[in-house]
Amino acid sequence: MSAHEQFADDLALYAVDALTGEDRAAMETHLAGCSACRLELEQLRGDGALLALSTLGPKPPQRARQRLLDAVAKEPRVPVKLVETKSRRSWWGILGWAATAAVVVFAASLWKENAALKQTLASANAQATESARELEDIRRIAAPIIEPEAQVVTVVALKAQPQPGGKAFYLRKRGSLVFLATNMPPLPPNKAYELWLIPMQGAPMAAGIFKPDAHGRGTVINPPLPPGAEAKTFAITVENEAGASTPTMPIVMMGAGE
Amino acid sequence: MVTALKAGDQSAVAQLYDRYSSVVYAVALRVLGDTGAAEDVLQEVFLQLWRNPAAFDAARGTLGSWLAVIARNRAIDFLRKRRPETDLEDVIVSVSPDLAREADRSRAAEKVRSVIGAMPPPQRSALEMAYFEGLSHSEIAGKTGEPLGTIKTRIRTGLMILRKAFQT
Repeated sequence: MSAHEQFADDLALYAVDALTGEDRAAMETHLAGCSACRLELEQLRGDGALLALSTLGPKPPQRARQRLLDAVAKEPRVPVKLVETKSRRSWWGILGWAATAAVVVFAASLWKENAALKQTLASANAQATESARELEDIRRIAAPIIEPEAQVVTVVALKAQPQPGGKAFYLRKRGSLVFLATNMPPLPPNKAYELWLIPMQGAPMAAGIFKPDAHGRGTVINPPLPPGAEAKTFAITVENEAGASTPTMPIVMMGAGE
Repeated sequence: MVTALKAGDQSAVAQLYDRYSSVVYAVALRVLGDTGAAEDVLQEVFLQLWRNPAAFDAARGTLGSWLAVIARNRAIDFLRKRRPETDLEDVIVSVSPDLAREADRSRAAEKVRSVIGAMPPPQRSALEMAYFEGLSHSEIAGKTGEPLGTIKTRIRTGLMILRKAFQT
């Protein structure tokens, strides 16, 4: 597979940000649907990087190093913990309640859609700008649940003990799923919880593995699921860490659509 | 070191800075021609890496090349007084040597300069105006009085010549 020759010149311009206006929009439209040209674009950017790497000059002043380290010291980062699910990133491991989780679903869907957009769909410049603006809005709104520093409090009825629970947010048409669990009991060694999509017809589909953290929280974000699978409900079983192809009884949790 | 960075290890920033700051600063200075502004870009590039180390995908390129391209992009943004046009995550740079060691970088830089020096002056000029001055193809055409198609071809073939030089 090779890049399209008719786009070769414009692709090179695009790689060095020298393509503007309608030509740029047309190129982005083409790139959205052409993996060969996207690959060539990466190569061309690599070629451009040679130009950048060729620059020689004086070393930066010593104060620049200290200035950077001072700035970094003011922004300590919580170490990124490895995800305890098989499917995605750890900063999602903070549980919100339904409303905020819905935002997460929407954000996850938009991100997924955004990625898909780049790969498969053409879009005009105006649409891209609008998507970026929306994504920024969503990131801002979702910040309280995606920032590692966020405080998470589970509210329950007075004198009640928190019960294990979970919420699955599923967009069938996109095959997008976000599952957030709370108060999950600790697991035996080498075991994990596995989420299952129980379809209207056919066998249960594996929908992600997770291990709860020290607070009993666990997440599954966008496991590989075929778009369009209609979910009757979701269920959780305890499986070996590697997961299973069919659920091992007993089912420890089961839900129903809301 | 990138792993340490992802783990929030501040000392990794210092190590990466020691390794790559000279190339980041050199690129920014080449574009901006101003030491203060270049220092600001240098700061921003490494702070962005600290804040979002996952933006660099080691499977899709080398850190040295990636930082150089990010520095170039940010410097052009700075030059044009515009907001960053490209997200860090969207910058994927295939191939290119990493050149973590300064001696290797010097040798590669010498080779690139040699290749560029051997190009016809109009081609070299078009390539450098696009890459280091952030000019669009129509702006270059306007400046040089050359047809748009000629400028396009010069930039593309210039990049191809560079590629071939590092493939052999």
